Amino acid sequence: METRARHFKANAAAALANPVLQANLKTSKSKFVDKRAIAIQELDDFEGTREAAKNIRDRVLNNLDLWLEKFEETATARGATVLWAKDSAEICRHVVDIGRRHNVKKAAKSKSMLSEEASLNRALEAAGIQPVETDLGEYILQINDNEAPSHIIAPVVHKSLDEVADLFHATHKTPRKTEISALTREAREVLRPHFLSADMGISGGNFLVAETGSVALVTNEGNGRMVTTLPRVHVVITGIEKVIPTLEDLALLMRLLPRSATGQSISNYVSVLTGVKQPEESDGPEHLYFILVDNGRADVVGSEFHDMLRCIRCGACMNHCPVYQTIGGHAYGWVYPGPMGAILTPLYTGLENAIDLPHASTLCNQCGVVCPVKIPLPELLRKLREKQVDGNLRPLFERLALKAWAWVAGYPMLYGMATWFGVRYLKWLADGKSSIPILGAAPEWSVGRNFPAPEGKTFREMYAKKKGKQ
Amino acid sequence: MSSREDILGRVRARLKRNEANAVIGRADINAALTARAHGPRPAVPTEKSALAGRFREKSTAQSSTLDSVATITDAPAAIARYLTELKLPLHAVVSPSLARQNWQGAGIKAAARGAQDTDLVGITDCFCAIAETGTLMLCSAPDRPATVSLLPETHIALVPASRIVPGMEDAWALARAELGTLPRAVNFISGPSRTGDIEQTIVLGAHGPYRVHLVMIEDL
Repeated sequence: METRARHFKANAAAALANPVLQANLKTSKSKFVDKRAIAIQELDDFEGTREAAKNIRDRVLNNLDLWLEKFEETATARGATVLWAKDSAEICRHVVDIGRRHNVKKAAKSKSMLSEEASLNRALEAAGIQPVETDLGEYILQINDNEAPSHIIAPVVHKSLDEVADLFHATHKTPRKTEISALTREAREVLRPHFLSADMGISGGNFLVAETGSVALVTNEGNGRMVTTLPRVHVVITGIEKVIPTLEDLALLMRLLPRSATGQSISNYVSVLTGVKQPEESDGPEHLYFILVDNGRADVVGSEFHDMLRCIRCGACMNHCPVYQTIGGHAYGWVYPGPMGAILTPLYTGLENAIDLPHASTLCNQCGVVCPVKIPLPELLRKLREKQVDGNLRPLFERLALKAWAWVAGYPMLYGMATWFGVRYLKWLADGKSSIPILGAAPEWSVGRNFPAPEGKTFREMYAKKKGKQ
Repeated sequence: MSSREDILGRVRARLKRNEANAVIGRADINAALTARAHGPRPAVPTEKSALAGRFREKSTAQSSTLDSVATITDAPAAIARYLTELKLPLHAVVSPSLARQNWQGAGIKAAARGAQDTDLVGITDCFCAIAETGTLMLCSAPDRPATVSLLPETHIALVPASRIVPGMEDAWALARAELGTLPRAVNFISGPSRTGDIEQTIVLGAHGPYRVHLVMIEDL
C-alpha cells in the first residue's frame, strides 16, 4: 500500500472536519475500552501474564534467525512449503506464482494486514485471480472500491450502519436493510458461494508455533476456518516476527490477545493448523504455503526499536489513544494506525515519509499501560522524534528556533532578559484578557484553543520578590 | 542471493551472530521446547464437578446452550428434543466418529460424512473441553471432518464431563499424550460465530453456525 503518511496534518484536519466520521468515532470510542477493562479482571495476575508474554516474545526475537530456521524445519516436516519475501513486490510475486502453479481462479481471503502492506488484491486481479475479502469489515471495504481499513481489528469502525446499508443496497441490488443482523445475514449469503468455489485460501497468521510448525489463527466470524478448510490451496502470509516457541506459549498469549483487542475472554475460533490434508481426510488444503515477510522488519531487529517487534496486533493502543479516538485511522496514511502505526509506518516506509506521525501523540502513555506485551510506545515515539532531529528531517524554521533557544538558554543573563521581554509581549498581546486567541509567532498552538496569557512577570521576578519579603 | 539468505543474513548481522552465541541460542531453543513452561494461569477449580460447573457457566456466557444426559446412548433423544423444540429439521450431518450412535431410533435422519452447504444441522463430538473459557477443542481426523462444526447453521456437540480440563495448557498436554503429533486442524470453538464489525454491535451467526448446543454426557 502506498503511504500517504506525509499528508498527516491535512488528513487529520479533514477527519476533524468530517461530521459523519466524528459521529461514528464517538459511537465506537468507549466500547472496546470498557469491555477490555472488565475482561482483564478475569485474570488473577494480569501484570504477571503481561510480563510472561513480553518474555515469550523477547525470547524469540533475541534469537530470531535460529527460531525462524526451527519453524521452517518443523513446518516443512509436516508438508508445508516455506517461502521468504523481502518486500511487497515479492509477496505478490509468490502468491501469483502459487496461484498459477495450482490453476487458481479465485482466492478467498481472511484478514491479513500483510496483504494490505503489499496491496495484494491489485496484484491478484492483474494476474486474473479474483480476490474475495471474507471478513465482514474487509468485505465492506472491498466493495467500497477497495477502501483502506481504519483499524486493524475493526476495519470499518469509521462507518455507520447507514453507510453500510447504502453500500449493500447499491452493490447487491437487494432491498435496503436497516438491521445490523440482516446486513450480516446478507453478507453471509453473498460470501458463502465464494468460500465453496475458491481454489485458494489466503490468511494472515496471528502466531507461528515453532514447536509444531503450525499457524494459529484467531477469528470470530469463522471466515478464517472457511478459507483454511475448503480451498485446495492455503497460503499464510505473515511477518518474520510472529514466531512463538510452544503451544503453551500460545495458551498464555491467547489470554491476552482477545481481551486486549475486543474485551473477549477468548475469540470464537482459535485454529491451530499444521501441515496438509492427509490422504484419508475429506477436507483441508492439499497444499500449504507460508510466506515469511521481512518488508522492513529485519532491520528493526536489534535496533533501538527492537521492542516494537513484540507487537501482537491487538489494537489496544489505538483504542485507548486520544489522538486515534479523535481522528480515526485513515489519517495515519498507511496500513497501521494509532500509536503502533505511528512507530511502524516510519520504521517500515522511511522516517522521511512519515514526518508527523511520531508527533501524533500526547505521550500520555495510555498505550504503554494497556499494551499486553509491554512495548514502551511513548518512549519509542520519543526516540523517533530524536532521530528526526539528528537526521535534520524537521522543518528549517523549527530547527533554527530550537538552536536559537538552546543558545539563549546557555546564558542565564540573556535568558532572563529574553523571558522578561517575552512575558510582557504576551501580556500586551492578551490586551487585558486572560488568554490569547491567536499567537502570532506560532499560530498552530492557538488553533482550536486559546493560549493562556502570562500575568506580566517572569518566575524569576516573582521568586526574587517573594524572597525579598521574607 | 536468495531472499531467505538475504533476510536471515540481515537478522544474523543485527543480532551479531557468531558460532559461540549460536550454540547458546540453540540451547535456549531446546530448553524452551523441552520445558514447555506455563505462565501465570487464572485459578480454575480442578475438582471434577466444579470443573463441569465452570465449563457450564463460561460456555453459556459465550451464548452456547447446554443440556446434559446420563450416558451417550441418551444423547440422540436429547438432540431430537432440542431440534423439535427449535423447529429445526430432524436431518443432520454427523461426524463419522458418531456414526454408530442410534440416530434413527431417536427419529434423526443422520448422514455420517463431511458437511455440505445444504446441511442445516451438524453433530460432532469433541476431543476435550476447557473450563476456563467454556471452549470446545475439536481435532480433525478422517472420521472427524472440520466442516461438520463449521458449515451448518446449527452445531451440536457432545461433551463428556470426564473430558473437561481446566485450561488450554491441559488440553495440549492431553493431545500430546493421546495423539502424539498434532492433527491437521485443531479448532477451539467458543460459542456461535459472531461479528462486531458494524458499529461494534455483536451479531451471532457470521460465517459459521448461528447456534451452538452442547450436550454434556455425565458418565461416559
